[in-house]
Amino acid sequence: MNLLAQLAPARLWLTIGVAFRALRRNSLRSALTALGIIIGVSSVVAMVAIGNGAQASITAKVAALGQNLLTVFSGPRRTGGVNSGLGSASTLTIADADALQREIPGIAAVSPEVTTAAQLVANGRNWSSTVAGESPEYLAIRNWKLTAGSMFTERDVRSAARVAVIGSKAAHELFGPINPVGMNVRVRNIPFVIIGLLESKGAGVGGQNQDDRILIPYTTAMRRLTGDRYLRSINLQVRDAAAIESVQQQVTLLLRQRHRLPPDQEDDFNIFNQKDVAATVDSVTSVIKLLLGSVSGISLVVGGIGIMNIMLVSVTERTREIGLRIAVGAQPAAIRLQFLLEAVALSLSGGLVGVILGIVISQLIGRVSGFVVAISPESIALAFGVSFAIGAFFGFYPARRAAALDPIEALRYE
Amino acid sequence: MSSTAPFIQLVNLRRTYASGDVAVHAVRDVSLTIERGDFVAIMGSSGSGKSTLMNTLGCLDRPSSGEYLLDDVHVAGLDRPALAHLRNQRLGFVFQSFNLLPRTSALENVELPLLYRTPLVPAATRRARARDALTRVGLANRLDHHPSQLSGGQQQRIAIARALVTQPDLILADEPTGNLDTRTSIEIMALFQELNDAGITLVMVTHEPDIAAFCRRILVMRDGRIVSDTQPPRRRIARDELATPTQTSEMEPTETTHTQLP
Repeated sequence: MNLLAQLAPARLWLTIGVAFRALRRNSLRSALTALGIIIGVSSVVAMVAIGNGAQASITAKVAALGQNLLTVFSGPRRTGGVNSGLGSASTLTIADADALQREIPGIAAVSPEVTTAAQLVANGRNWSSTVAGESPEYLAIRNWKLTAGSMFTERDVRSAARVAVIGSKAAHELFGPINPVGMNVRVRNIPFVIIGLLESKGAGVGGQNQDDRILIPYTTAMRRLTGDRYLRSINLQVRDAAAIESVQQQVTLLLRQRHRLPPDQEDDFNIFNQKDVAATVDSVTSVIKLLLGSVSGISLVVGGIGIMNIMLVSVTERTREIGLRIAVGAQPAAIRLQFLLEAVALSLSGGLVGVILGIVISQLIGRVSGFVVAISPESIALAFGVSFAIGAFFGFYPARRAAALDPIEALRYE
Repeated sequence: MSSTAPFIQLVNLRRTYASGDVAVHAVRDVSLTIERGDFVAIMGSSGSGKSTLMNTLGCLDRPSSGEYLLDDVHVAGLDRPALAHLRNQRLGFVFQSFNLLPRTSALENVELPLLYRTPLVPAATRRARARDALTRVGLANRLDHHPSQLSGGQQQRIAIARALVTQPDLILADEPTGNLDTRTSIEIMALFQELNDAGITLVMVTHEPDIAAFCRRILVMRDGRIVSDTQPPRRRIARDELATPTQTSEMEPTETTHTQLP
């Protein structure tokens, strides 16, 4: 005669039928009650999909930096407590780059880098852009391809040749739709021949446009543009992903040795590990995801409270019906189960519609805004589970009240 | 099930409510025996304790003291679930305000008590028995009608079918004709007399002497006590009265005030 007996499959099935018929008798109210859950679940599904999409696209950008990338920037992280920008102090030299290549076998490729801003003039137009002095390995390290022409060679580096590979944004500004390969461009009034056009890469991790730049041999940049013997940074490609940390240590040791730093002095360079960036980015996007998820989670709880409200109203309104059911011999446990099932059925069907609506909404947002959306099966399962739990939790109290009604009083209720 | 003991036996039954600080003695020291196959009317003004007595007989309420034996079962000692089980197995209820489920077919309304029966009644059997019960009250052609599509008399017939569907030993009717016009009331009483003739024991609360005259036995209550226990001087037979149309002014059952469950 207890709740357990009510849970025998055939009896349970019967009570499910009773609960559904009761919901159908009040179909408008049932639909409005489920609306709270529909909104909650659909916003969870949509928000998590958007959060996941953002995370995936940022992670892809980090990966697009290149495979197994380590970048050594010159200059300490801080000088006398003042945090200075990366590459602000001049400590790295071409000799450092050569030594790294020569002495650390774990390094596959090395690309010394100097950058400067410069005015480009070509084709009767001018454009201010970033000039990056690089080595031929740079493209391989950054996993970057050319759409036309070719990269400069080791020979161009040795001879400090005036050749350039242009980014798509800079090319577009100077030449419009014309293929720039073979054209001349003047960088700070020094004429260069464009020999290659970079594939478009879009915004970088920091949001800067990676296509607005022009690549020239680093030797050319140092001798003809900056007049400086120091590098801004050195890009390193590590052979084996698992060895990144150990290579990073070897690089630190070697550079400290070469710079003759006493043990108590800080590094006068800074190593930027792609993995660290990825981890940071990941933690940031996780926080965003959590935030989006919890805001919609709150709406789910509000929806649950809505269910409790309506169920309580429903118990009051149906007092005589409950009295009748008890009078004709319904066990208190059967009444409790019926009202519990009504609440669960409401929240679960709200959950089902919410999942469908959430998928539709996230697809729409993806299409309209261009955000990448990634619907996660976990969020769908979670939303379902949570809506079931909400129905059971918020249905429990009204169900208990219904089962505790005195049939005599209930039948007399007006 | 059957024994030499009377079907219903009340011994020194008391029911006391606490109303604020005052104890209200709704039923005081009632001793009563009802034999199987009887048809009893309980009369009395409001506050006389007739409803409380009725609720106790209906196993909806437990006495404060005294004994209630229903077919040798000590009702006073049963807990809520056991009372529910007993009501479902042995009793049928008919109310003044019908208490039908709205927007629900006559068939489903009648099936209701069978949903709560142990052991489980298969759906097909439930349907068949509900249909039989509706046929017995003359509504075989109204199975799919909702209460709002039916007259008051027809609604009360559904309620009676709902009481019959469990094949009860005892039907308790609380002012079953209170919301019906004269003609329809007589029709309902005809149905009750027919069921009584078929062996079902009936106990009915009414405040209309005309209606009580259809019963075999009339109890009158005052201040929680039974003050008279008599047979009607001239028992009315509803079927005979319906056969002679001059006795009643209205031929057609008219719509009367009737309530449904919200």
